[in-house]
Amino acid sequence: MTSTAAPATAAKAVARHPRRRVDRHAVGAFILLTAPTVIGLGLFKYVAIGWSLLLSLNDARGTLELGSWAGLDNYAFLLSDDGFRSSLGTVVAFTAFIVPVTFVASLALAVLVNRVRRGRAFFRTAFLIPAAVSYVAASLVWKMSLFNGLPSGIANTLGDLFGMSPVPWIGTEQPPLYWIVLVTLRLWLQVGLYMILFLAGLQAIPQELYEAAAIDGAGAWQTFRRITLPQLRNTSVAVMLLMLIAAFQAFDEFYNIFSSGLGGSSTAPVQPPLVYLYGIAIKDQNYGLASAGAFLLTVVIVLVTLLQGRLVGFGRKD
Amino acid sequence: MTATSARAGGARGVAGTIATYLVLGVASVLFLLPFYIMLRNSMMTQMEVSSPDWQWLPAIFSLDNYLELFSDPSVPMASALGNSLLIAVVTAPVSTIFASMAGYALARLPVPGRGAVLTYVVVTMMIPGSVTFVPTFVVVGAMGGVNTTWGIIAPGLFNAFAVLLFRNFYLRFPAEIEEAGRIDGLGYLGVYLRIALPNSVSMLASLGALSFIDAWNAFLWPLVIGQDPASWTAQIALSTLLTAQSVNLPGLFAGAVVTVVPLAVMFLVAQRYIVQGLTTSGLKG
Repeated sequence: MTSTAAPATAAKAVARHPRRRVDRHAVGAFILLTAPTVIGLGLFKYVAIGWSLLLSLNDARGTLELGSWAGLDNYAFLLSDDGFRSSLGTVVAFTAFIVPVTFVASLALAVLVNRVRRGRAFFRTAFLIPAAVSYVAASLVWKMSLFNGLPSGIANTLGDLFGMSPVPWIGTEQPPLYWIVLVTLRLWLQVGLYMILFLAGLQAIPQELYEAAAIDGAGAWQTFRRITLPQLRNTSVAVMLLMLIAAFQAFDEFYNIFSSGLGGSSTAPVQPPLVYLYGIAIKDQNYGLASAGAFLLTVVIVLVTLLQGRLVGFGRKD
Repeated sequence: MTATSARAGGARGVAGTIATYLVLGVASVLFLLPFYIMLRNSMMTQMEVSSPDWQWLPAIFSLDNYLELFSDPSVPMASALGNSLLIAVVTAPVSTIFASMAGYALARLPVPGRGAVLTYVVVTMMIPGSVTFVPTFVVVGAMGGVNTTWGIIAPGLFNAFAVLLFRNFYLRFPAEIEEAGRIDGLGYLGVYLRIALPNSVSMLASLGALSFIDAWNAFLWPLVIGQDPASWTAQIALSTLLTAQSVNLPGLFAGAVVTVVPLAVMFLVAQRYIVQGLTTSGLKG
């Protein structure tokens, strides 16, 4: 009797004074379980970003130690540098292409896959499996085969069927055909991921809404506009945000398609901010300037994300 | 939607179904085309690959390009594949278990200051991942991690987003099961190890599979930190072949195949978990 009564009163005491009575065993377990994450994030995020912030205020070339104090010189240089500014322009243009195209394509595929009963698993896999391919391997296929600009390239072979002469897709700057190469590559790799998210969203829409619409005699397009799209609002916002953040961090395909290599990126017609920063950090070893660039890019991404949130927020009112 | 439109539309519904299959059929052929090109070109001769005349299959199926790929001394593809395998095999389970541990503690353990630790974790998510390659290089470089495998692995083991996903997961975990464990005499760690962890297998598999894919396909970080050929991953080796403007075209495609096939196979095997992981992390974040 006494042995059961004692824990009961202890439990009552804990419940009455939750702040005063700290369970030591819980604290020990908490420390053990969170230690790897707390230490790891501390080192690779807090210390890294803190040190990098200091470096960005210094003239640190070829050394990871603090060089000489430079104040905001690195930031001022980047803001007036044509290379950095045009890299921001490039990534904005890229985002403006890739986000709507991927959004529409992944939504369309999700709606179509959701409609069929037979072969659904096959189609889903076919659209999703490119997600297992790296940007490097995809760049290789796009550059050396699909859009290699030679008569043997797949795009040119297909064009030949329609009587088109071979087009140097990557080498042409006017008009900038390389955008087609970059956008189709990312589309191929990513559309399946977003299609999966839209499929989950579609399957969460109550069936009764569609039944009610059918009774009211709504057409397919009307049903899509009045029921499917509004019901997918949360999914759409999440998908667009993911696409936007991913596009702003584009690096792999630009690096590999344009063969920047370690030798330099002067041959590339366009380079996004991360390729530009890579050049400064690794090739020039100017860690102060590269750190400043990383923080400026972060500010741009946060601003664009907030702007997107505002735009979608306005859309909600009407 | 399928049922209603098919029933209500009659002939129009049938036409719609045919059109749907037609669009999906054409799209899936286009989506699978790059895989076919990769495999076909990897077994062709140089002449066949660069011929303007279309050929569905190589005249002679040959694996010579693969043998040549692995005997190229300037690009150590075999050791690069080994490095990638090691990195992915370590990163996927370790990062997932770390996230599960922290997520459980943040969701379940009655400890003062829990909210502060949660904030500490969440704040790190505000700076987008690959932008931090400069700061991370600064720290890993100062620790002597350049050109080492641990230097490639270490920063990827701590994933704030996965911690949040696990926290959400354990917040919904039925408390009765844990209480039963406590009554049976398990301590806090025992409840986590014996009850919570075994009941999170599908979550661990989902996030682990995604982490494996990310680790295998990562490019920017291994490129930054592993500049010496001995520390190259498969992606860096492949990129080196590509950007060196190699003249051996079939060899290039063989390189693409050996980096893609292991992952594609894993993808097909673990697809259920991958889809589940994508929906969890895409929509609940």
